Amino acid sequence: MTLATARKRSTKRSMKRSTKRSTKRAPGVGGAGGRPVDHGAWFLVLPALIPILVLSVGPLLYGIALAFTDSQSGRTEPTQWIGTLNFQDLLHDTLFWDSFRIGLLWAVGVTVPQFLLALGLALLLNENLRFRPLARALAIIPWAMPEVVVGIMWRLVYNPDAGILNETIRDLGLGEGRNWLSSLATALPAVIVVGVWAGMPQTTVALLAGLQNTPRELHEAAAMDGAGAWRRFRTVTWPALKPVALAITALNFIWNFNSFALVYVLTNGGPGGRTRLPMLFAYEEAFRYGQFGYAAAMGCVMVAVISVILACYLVGRLKAGEDA
Amino acid sequence: MKTGKGARAGQYLALLAYLVFLAFPFLWLLSTAFKPPRELGSLHPTWIPEDPTLANFRQAFDEQPLLDAAFNSLIAALGAAVIAVLIATPMAFVMARHRTRLAKAATGWVVVSQAFPFVLVIIPLFLVLKNLRLINSVPGLIMVYVVWALPFALWMLVGYVRAVPTELEEAAAVDGAGRVRTLVSITAPLLAPGIVATGLFAFISAWNEFFFALVLLKTPEKQTLPVVLTHFLGAEGVADLGPLAAAAFLATLPSLVVFAIIQKRITGGMLAGAVKS
Repeated sequence: MTLATARKRSTKRSMKRSTKRSTKRAPGVGGAGGRPVDHGAWFLVLPALIPILVLSVGPLLYGIALAFTDSQSGRTEPTQWIGTLNFQDLLHDTLFWDSFRIGLLWAVGVTVPQFLLALGLALLLNENLRFRPLARALAIIPWAMPEVVVGIMWRLVYNPDAGILNETIRDLGLGEGRNWLSSLATALPAVIVVGVWAGMPQTTVALLAGLQNTPRELHEAAAMDGAGAWRRFRTVTWPALKPVALAITALNFIWNFNSFALVYVLTNGGPGGRTRLPMLFAYEEAFRYGQFGYAAAMGCVMVAVISVILACYLVGRLKAGEDA
Repeated sequence: MKTGKGARAGQYLALLAYLVFLAFPFLWLLSTAFKPPRELGSLHPTWIPEDPTLANFRQAFDEQPLLDAAFNSLIAALGAAVIAVLIATPMAFVMARHRTRLAKAATGWVVVSQAFPFVLVIIPLFLVLKNLRLINSVPGLIMVYVVWALPFALWMLVGYVRAVPTELEEAAAVDGAGRVRTLVSITAPLLAPGIVATGLFAFISAWNEFFFALVLLKTPEKQTLPVVLTHFLGAEGVADLGPLAAAAFLATLPSLVVFAIIQKRITGGMLAGAVKS
C-alpha cells in the first residue's frame, strides 16, 4: 500500500495539469465546424441539447475522470488524482471478475433464449390466426410492468412453500421442489428465466416489425415453387429479418449486461454472490461502501467491453445496409 | 397462404403455450393478492383463493406510505414525460429533416447512450445533484428521467416526423414561414398522435424506473412506488406475501392502462424506426 500511495503522490501533479487542459477542450458544442446551421434550427435543438450535454455527456466524462481519482463519499480531504491505481486494483479483484463472469453468463443466457423464443412468437403472431389482436396485446403485457413488480411476481412463483412452481412439482409427483432462489445451483438459472420472460415482449415486437417488411410476393412465389416452410424461412424471411435481428440482439445483450432492478429484487446478488451482476457489484461499491472512484473504474471496464460489442453491432449493421 | 390442418393446430397450441408462459406469473400475483394469511401459509396453495379477501390491500396501505409514493411517482412521471416531449419534438424535427453534423451527432448519442452502464452516469449525477441540493427531491429525479427518456423519445419521434409529407412544410416555407413557425403550426398538429404516444411511453418508463430512484431518493416520504415496494421485501424469506402482492398489483395498474392505450402506436413507432434507412 505504501508503494501505491507513493506512486499516487508522484503522479498527482502531472495528472492534474493534463486533465485540466483536456477538460477545457472537451465540452465544445458538437457540430460547430459543420455546415452553417441557421438560427431557427439552433433554437429548435437547444432545449434538448443543453440537458443532454449537462446531464448525459457531461456526467459521462466526469464519471470517466472519477475512475482515475480516489473519490469517496463523505470524505473531508480533497479528492486526488491517483492515475490508473483503481484499474490496477481492479485487475487483481477476483470478486469483481467473478461478478463480471456472472454478468456475461447472464447476458448470454438471457439474450439467446430470449431471441429464439421471441422469434417463434413473432412468426406465430405474423400468421393469420384467429384472436391475433388479443394474442398480440397479451404477449406484450410484461413490457408494461415495472421491473420491481416482475421481480416480486417471480419471487411469489419461486416461493418454496406458497409458490406455484413447487406446488406444481408436488402435484405432478416430481418431488418436494426446492428453494430456487437461495440454493447455489439453481439461483442463476432461475434468475435467467425471469430475465428471458421480462425481455421477450420487446424483442417480439421488434422482430414482428421486421417480419412485416419481408416481401409477401416472394414468400408466395417460393411456396408455389414447392419450397417447404423451413426453406421459405431460410431463403426469404431470414435475409429480410437479419438486420433487425442483429440490432435487437446486440441491444438486448447490452441492456441485459447492464440490468439491475430484476436481480436486485429477486436475490440481491445472493446466494453467496452467485447472481451478483456487475451492476449490483458496482452499486454496492459506490453507494454502500462509498468508493466512488473505484466503482467508476468498474463502470469504465464495463463500457470498454460493451463498446467492443457495440462496434461489432455497428459494423454488422453497415454491412447489412450495403447488401440491401 | 395455405397451411395444413395439423400445422394450424400446432400453431394454436404453440401460441397457447406462449400465452400461458407469459401470463401465469401475473395471474399468480393476482391470486396471492386476494388470499387470506391462512391460505398463504398453507403448503397446498390453490390458483383461486378459497376465501378471497381485500385485507391484504388494507394492510399494504397501513404498512407503507403507498399514497405518498404513488403521488411522487405521478409527479415524477408526468414531469418527465411532458418535459421530454416538449424538448424532444423540435430536436427530432431537425434530426429528421436536416442532414447536418449536429443531427448525425445526436443520432450517434441516441445509440451510444444505450451502452452506458448507469453506474458510470449515476455517480457523477449524484455528486452534481448533491451540490445543487437536488438529492432526495422529486424535481432532481425529473431532470434525470428527462435525459434518460430522451433517446427512445427521439428515436420514435424521428420516425413519426419522417412519416409527415414534406410538401406541406415546403408550401409553408414558400409562404414565408420560418422553421419554428412551420413546426408549430404545420408539423406539430400532424404529429399530435405520435407525440402523445411518445409522451405516454416516457410516462410508463419513468413510472416503472427503479435504479435512479433508489440512488437519488433517501427518505421514505420522497420515494417513488418501485422503491417503496422493495420495503415490503424485508429480510430474506420473511416477506409478508399478501400485502406485497396487493401493493405490487396496484403499482402496475396505471402502466397497464396507459400501455393498453398506446400498444398499437408503440408497435408502429418501432416499425418506423426499424424501416428508416
